[in-house]
Amino acid sequence: MELLVASAIGVMTAAGLYLVLRLRTFPVILGISLLTYAVNVFLFASGRLTTGAPPVLRDGMTVYADPLPQALVLTAIVISFGMTAVVVMIGLGAFLGSNDDHVDDQPDGEEDGAESTS
Amino acid sequence: MTHWIVAPVVLPALLAPFIVLAARYHIGIQRAFSVAGVLALIAIAAGLAWQVSAGTILLYQLGDWAAPFGIVLVGDRLSTLMVLLTSVLALFVLLYAIGSGWDDRGRHFHALFQFQLMGIMGAFLTGDLFNLFVFFEVLLIASYGLMIHAGGNARLRAGVQYVLFNLIGSTLFLFALGSIYAETGTLNMADLAQRAKLIGAEETAGIRVAAVLLLLVFAIKAATVPLHFWLPSSYAEAPAPVAALFAIMTKVGAYAIIRVYSMIFPPELEVTSGLHDVWLLPAALVSLAIGMAGVLAARKLDRLVAFSIIGSMGMVMVAIALFNPPGIAAALYYIVHSTLAGATLFLISDLVRTGRANLELLPQAPVAGTALTAGLFFTGAIAMAGLPPLSGFLGKLLVLEAAYGTDLVVWIWAVVLGSSLISILGFARAGSVLFWKAHSVEPQADGPALPRPAVLSYVAVGGLISLLAAHTVFAGQVHGYTTNIAAQLFAPEPYIATVLDTPGKLSKPKEEY
Repeated sequence: MELLVASAIGVMTAAGLYLVLRLRTFPVILGISLLTYAVNVFLFASGRLTTGAPPVLRDGMTVYADPLPQALVLTAIVISFGMTAVVVMIGLGAFLGSNDDHVDDQPDGEEDGAESTS
Repeated sequence: MTHWIVAPVVLPALLAPFIVLAARYHIGIQRAFSVAGVLALIAIAAGLAWQVSAGTILLYQLGDWAAPFGIVLVGDRLSTLMVLLTSVLALFVLLYAIGSGWDDRGRHFHALFQFQLMGIMGAFLTGDLFNLFVFFEVLLIASYGLMIHAGGNARLRAGVQYVLFNLIGSTLFLFALGSIYAETGTLNMADLAQRAKLIGAEETAGIRVAAVLLLLVFAIKAATVPLHFWLPSSYAEAPAPVAALFAIMTKVGAYAIIRVYSMIFPPELEVTSGLHDVWLLPAALVSLAIGMAGVLAARKLDRLVAFSIIGSMGMVMVAIALFNPPGIAAALYYIVHSTLAGATLFLISDLVRTGRANLELLPQAPVAGTALTAGLFFTGAIAMAGLPPLSGFLGKLLVLEAAYGTDLVVWIWAVVLGSSLISILGFARAGSVLFWKAHSVEPQADGPALPRPAVLSYVAVGGLISLLAAHTVFAGQVHGYTTNIAAQLFAPEPYIATVLDTPGKLSKPKEEY
């Protein structure tokens, strides 16, 4: 299970980083979503991986699941969800307004986005 | 347990929804409530600063849960000073926004402004790292709204960059928090300070990664090179009062670095040795140089001011990276100065814009009211460039004095003095092009009459400049107080004891129930 979780975090982070480095808004937003998925799983794993263990103290139990990371993950999910919605709206506004969805600053005089990268 | 310490967070948090729900269509009522709220904040912040000035530490346990299980708010000298600075800055920014009519050019300016204040205040007061993350997000999401206030394509495009960069920063913050929690099992700062010392020498890989990640996150917030790329576009395109308020946001990053790296990872801790002198100090010197070079290279006034913010943050980070008590004291003195000076310059650049079609550094015909604006720009530029007699000069002197005797003294003195010269050149060029060469251009007789800035705008800018003057006149007292702050930061035992030993709901003896 450790290998599965660790490689899942690694692959999502790598894919997210690649997408974040793209030039256009849509892949970058996808990349940030992937990164937030990765960090959610990472936070979840920071309380150690246990299966079938209770999160609150009980008689006759020696292994417990840490409940705090689950609270952290919930907070992180809510925040990243809200933030992604905000950036989609602002990105849409910028795209519809200037008919160009490049993330970086365009040099002066090339505002129409003639180059077709990404 | 005093409840006043939670008021700087709760008051704006209640005021903002009230403004949205009850005063949505009445800009006058919104303005009245917003100003009244900020005035109340100043009173509360001054009271808190007065309470802790003797060295006591205020603790507020949310829900009466004892640390480290509950979240605590902690007020010491440093955090109350920053809260006071924020509320005073907010008052003048708000007056300017009202005077110039910026708050009426889009919707919900005042509500977002209050949410922004809530986030900043919370970030300064919290004693818990995850809570710090949450307050960062509160201030960020309010700043996204403020940043694109009044709309416009250029502003929206800059807003996309700003939001994306900060989203990545937040993700990095979460990675740092996850690895800290995995290594230590706590996120309370005082508790972390105790546990970080206990980590054995051979098991430090995780905590080292976490410390570096955390430093990266705060360096993004503080716009330290090479993590400064989000700042120039977004600050230049943001509405001027918003950019002026953002002058405190870079200081949130500086505050977090001071707090976390003086308490949790102090310089003598073996785990994170070298982080300040090997990595942070060169990065700070480079930001200082690049920021001031940007001042000279900028082709528009708002970009020039944005780069001067990067430069002054570089100066703050140089002083912080020395990580000795004189360095921190100098950094705190300079933080107050640079917040006020940066905000002043952003507001002045908006005053300039009122009389011109754009902010390109090209001569344009003079308009009414330029003489006063030119005078204000002259004063603001002197303050930011660090010429005598204003507080920038004294702050720089304190940084140079704190650097004297360290290993890198030659580099620090060379970069600080060289970049000062460059920034003086940059500001002189901008001022002479904008205000003196204007008289070489013939005014168009049939051009549209541009309005003069409102009196209230000048009052706000003048208020900030008089604060700068007071910061200079009372430099001895202020520096004495920042020295006390540094002393408190370098002896964190009372802080840790107050946070961890105060009993809460479940730690009381049974008979009290």
